[in-house]
Amino acid sequence: MSFVITGASLLGERTADLYVDDAGMLQPVDSAPAGAERIDADGLVALPGLVDLHTHLREPGREDAETILTGSRAAALGGYTAVLAMANTTPVTDTAEAATRVWELGREAGLVHVQPVGAVTRGLAGEELAELGLMHRSRARVTVFSDDGKCVHDPRVMRRALEYVKAFGGVVSQHSQDPALAGPTACCHEGEISGRLGLPGWPGIAEEVIVARDVLLARHTGSRVHVAHVSTAGSVEVLRWAKAQGIDVTAEVTPHHLLLTTDLLTGYDPTYKVNPPLRPQEDVEALRAALADGTIDAVATDHAPHARHDKEHAFVDAAFGMLGLETALAVVRTAMPDLSWADVARVMSTTPARIAGLADQGRPLEPGSPAHVVLVDPDARATVDRDASVSLSRNNPWHGRELTSRVVHTVYAGRLTVRDGALVG
Amino acid sequence: MKHLLSVDDLSVDDIHQLFETAADMHDVQRREVKKLPALRGRTVVNMFFEDSTRTRSSFEIAGKWLSADVINVSAKGSSTSKGESLRDTVLTVCAMGVDGLVIRHPASGAALQVSQWVDAAVVNAGDGMHEHPTQALLDAYTLQRRLGSLEGRHVAIIGDLTHSRVFRSNVQCLTKLGAQVTVVAPPTLMPSGIGAWSAAAGFETSYDVDEVLPKADAVMMLRVQRERMSGAYFPSPREYTVGYGLTRDRLALLGPDVPICHPGPMNRGLEIAADAADATQSVVLEQVSSGLAIRMAVLYHLLAGEEA
Repeated sequence: MSFVITGASLLGERTADLYVDDAGMLQPVDSAPAGAERIDADGLVALPGLVDLHTHLREPGREDAETILTGSRAAALGGYTAVLAMANTTPVTDTAEAATRVWELGREAGLVHVQPVGAVTRGLAGEELAELGLMHRSRARVTVFSDDGKCVHDPRVMRRALEYVKAFGGVVSQHSQDPALAGPTACCHEGEISGRLGLPGWPGIAEEVIVARDVLLARHTGSRVHVAHVSTAGSVEVLRWAKAQGIDVTAEVTPHHLLLTTDLLTGYDPTYKVNPPLRPQEDVEALRAALADGTIDAVATDHAPHARHDKEHAFVDAAFGMLGLETALAVVRTAMPDLSWADVARVMSTTPARIAGLADQGRPLEPGSPAHVVLVDPDARATVDRDASVSLSRNNPWHGRELTSRVVHTVYAGRLTVRDGALVG
Repeated sequence: MKHLLSVDDLSVDDIHQLFETAADMHDVQRREVKKLPALRGRTVVNMFFEDSTRTRSSFEIAGKWLSADVINVSAKGSSTSKGESLRDTVLTVCAMGVDGLVIRHPASGAALQVSQWVDAAVVNAGDGMHEHPTQALLDAYTLQRRLGSLEGRHVAIIGDLTHSRVFRSNVQCLTKLGAQVTVVAPPTLMPSGIGAWSAAAGFETSYDVDEVLPKADAVMMLRVQRERMSGAYFPSPREYTVGYGLTRDRLALLGPDVPICHPGPMNRGLEIAADAADATQSVVLEQVSSGLAIRMAVLYHLLAGEEA
């Protein structure tokens, strides 16, 4: 169906109508047929559909926590038109067949583009390279590789991966965690709070030494590296230096690291257990500044659904991760109300699309672009209710919090996936 | 008081009230028939997710002397290894009709989490590296019996602070009671952020045992766990003893009436020399009997007087 979106403010800068044609493309408004349906977007801000570099959809393997379909629903409601599905499923996405299956299930769900991320190493074991080239040659066209959840900590393996993906323009997205400085039990930012609570510390330095090493490896190999979920001021310093040197590095920050802080752990509620851990306010401030000035390129959710029973353990035994897809835009808006809508589009759509090599995503809202659009009520305030989520999981750290802005409509490939805040179909 | 999870939950008045009750309970221990009817018909479960002989026996005897039905559940490795959540494990036990749940768990915060899931009164008998409130109460109670008031008295706590729930509970309890506390450890066994913590909470830190001991009105030695001795935190047991142990030479730095505490089990010859452990000023065995009195007092305050 074709339709005209009327009265939206494009990037919050100028008001214009958008005509979405039958082929799912944006076209000049004066070419719209007379009887085309009109969607009133007066007072709403239009952005290119959001692109998430970092999502855990849990399928295959943990369909009780999330599926590609339910995760796609959450993504659409969050204003996303593309998500990158991390490889740490069961089995791991480390073959062309596994990647193609994820891609197909995403197509069947049909709500967002689901782009599989391939594992860097076989079984995420950090030892032998996975079949990176075959995954890239598959129909899924895998371009981003990550062992996320685990760090590719062996410098020789990381070096080879960076070199190898150069042949087809791939990128390695690194989960930066030196396992000797922050082992598997590390779960609380190392500092006064971890000292008082008696929780195993996860020091910022365990992230920073890997970021520093990887930017140097990227320079040495002439390859491109992406730093997942940057969480400390020290990492920001390293990134700023690396970019000044011309090193080909990009970085993402999660919404939760832009707003939530370590002190939330004082009640030992595993809802707030996430990897990397929530950091102190000084780090949060540094991350916001880095996102605003471009040192950090993108916001990525690290949406990590978990079944209830995997969070109902003692804090150190509980699963890492929190939900993020449905709330990401509102969290960014709440954390950084001064960030312009053009900047929001840059960090949540245009740049992540470029990093992931998704050519038809993150495009300008103008004739000739594929119609991936999100329409946002910029001033709406709403209190998050975890039971209203379409995710299968409830590990929602935003429950009970009031956030600013609301996704009203989402258009994916010319089709309304969300209308008036509700899923279509 | 619904639960006893942390010393932080107790007011100074609460602590004094527990001490008064403990003094009465202490007298019971000297009777020939050591049984009070206070908790008749109440059920107390000792749920220990971590090995412990002394704390578990102490709670068991305390409950029995108050006439509660006491059941020990050894839950070591039972939850995560079988895939059952902690919540399911404790709800299953509590569904049997439990009034008091005494919980020991290797993970910090476990007792607090459990208290949010169950109706029973929860007593934290040690949660990971976090707290061991009855140990702190019995230590302070023991010292108070020796020293009179703790107000203005100087207590040195020496040993592995990073991994010690005894330290974390004691530093709170002692400062609440007005003591000046200095904690001593090598830098590798000081909790992260202790500088800011000690400044906010009003206690001192030091790396120098010999400088601290002469000023001390009481000394608390902490156990060094075997698994910390392999060179990761300090080079060798011998070097630890020379730097931080309560050796025979250091015993001479203490006044003859300065009580020496140790929560046990002691590594004789490592953190405490035999001469110090067996000195007349050592209160190690008194701590054990105080422990019973304190645990009786805690169970009494949590469980007596409610409708069964």
